[in-house]
Amino acid sequence: MASTPYPWLKPAVLVGGLSPLALLLLDLARGTLGANPIERVLNQTGLLALIILVASLACTPLKALLGWTWPMRLRKLLGLLAFAYAVLHFLVYVGLDQGLAVGAVLADITKRPFITVGFLALVLLVPLAVTSTNRMVRRLGFPAWQRLHRLVYVAAVLGVVHFLWRVKKDLTEPLVYACVLGLLLALRVAEAVRKRRARASLPAT
Amino acid sequence: MRHLPPEPPGSEITAEPLYARRREFIKGAALFTGTAAAVGAGLQLLSGRPSGGEGGGAGPAPATPDAVARKARPQGPYDTDEAPTSYEDATTYNNFYEFGYDKGDPARNAHTLKPRPWTVVIDGEVARPQRVDVDTLQSWFPLEDRIYRMRCVEAWSMVIPWMGLPLAGLLKRVEPTSRAKYVAFTTLRDPQQMPGQRQAALDWPYVEGLRLDEALHPLTLLAVGLYGKVLPNQNGAPLRLVVPWKYGFKGIKSIVRISLTEEPPPTTWNLANAREYGFYANVNPEVDHPRWSQATERRIGELRRRPTLPFNGYAEQVAHLYAGLDLRANY
Repeated sequence: MASTPYPWLKPAVLVGGLSPLALLLLDLARGTLGANPIERVLNQTGLLALIILVASLACTPLKALLGWTWPMRLRKLLGLLAFAYAVLHFLVYVGLDQGLAVGAVLADITKRPFITVGFLALVLLVPLAVTSTNRMVRRLGFPAWQRLHRLVYVAAVLGVVHFLWRVKKDLTEPLVYACVLGLLLALRVAEAVRKRRARASLPAT
Repeated sequence: MRHLPPEPPGSEITAEPLYARRREFIKGAALFTGTAAAVGAGLQLLSGRPSGGEGGGAGPAPATPDAVARKARPQGPYDTDEAPTSYEDATTYNNFYEFGYDKGDPARNAHTLKPRPWTVVIDGEVARPQRVDVDTLQSWFPLEDRIYRMRCVEAWSMVIPWMGLPLAGLLKRVEPTSRAKYVAFTTLRDPQQMPGQRQAALDWPYVEGLRLDEALHPLTLLAVGLYGKVLPNQNGAPLRLVVPWKYGFKGIKSIVRISLTEEPPPTTWNLANAREYGFYANVNPEVDHPRWSQATERRIGELRRRPTLPFNGYAEQVAHLYAGLDLRANY
């Protein structure tokens, strides 16, 4: 018998998570991405990064609320998938959209707030991806590692802001992500408050 | 009497643990496939965009009314010799919020627009106000072909062979009074025909405006067709404005009213976000949109960006209209 329940879970999420990319590359090769394929690839990679990052933030509240433990085993995978899509999104922007015009990219990053926050979100994800291995958790020590990985909250908020500031007039979609993210963060705050109260009510020893 | 089938020999009976493992494996494989498919489909649903094609923007060429059917003529003085964008791209990649936000939405949804019969009102500071059927209006003037560059404020561009009538001819016909300083244009407002108007994304109906001298400039066109065909709905049927030296949003679509005014008319995108969309909206590589540079553009169908030209390459014809005007302040 398998040592962990659902041994198929992680590989399935990995395959499912990469399938939109495969589809996108297939459509790109077939030329079925419409009149502006670069824009399509740029938008979709960014959106995938944001969706998967928000999904990774749903794992802990699911455990706290419903007692499900299986999402926790997906947390790292989802985080790394989101990071991979974010890197891809950035590379598409620099390489395909801007044609490797480094000057234009630097000007964008410094002058355009929506690009500044998007870039910052990506930068914040780098140390989290680097320290995602079990060995790094041991090296840093769990409390320090946990503190570092709280940066993901900042990155996700910046990602949503990046999306919000990018659209012209159609705020619906970015606001949906803002609401979901807000809910996930609120659940964490509620949980922290509950824990603190529980500790405070313990008899002093 | 029933006869039981003979018992299989012991060698053919799968050992119990092996049998259980096989069941386990098949179950695991099914769950793996199901989960992977669900995750993939979910992500695709949330992040993918419907591809164009259904509702076929390009579709079969519309029946061409006689008024529009014309032979190609030699290159005119205003034509660019650049390669036109494909008909498919020009009719499936549109900004027309009355039919949705996505660039593919207008081609998918604009079939609900009924471009005939269509009445245009011309009023305001004119000696001869009119209510005129769009086909009658067209019949007053010879139609002209114009191959123009089209530069969107979003930093993409096309080359489109329009067909239409110079606005100047129509304006002279209705005789502007001495008080007329601006021309205001209004799009149809009808949520039945334009489902996007059920959401208050913009202040409907869409309104745009030009200074009178801009409106009278020979480059300014009221288009009724493109690529030798009648204007598809998603491109602003039956009558739209084309001002090739300005960003595309000035080219108001599906016009029902043209009013001459003394005061600068309010314009939709300017009301929605004045910092990002000015009244003039002249194409200018020197003046950035707050959220992106306007120095370069992606020509649809090309991979590399190209430099954006002042006044979209029409500086020679129009720069004099703005002599002494600070283009940075009047963007």
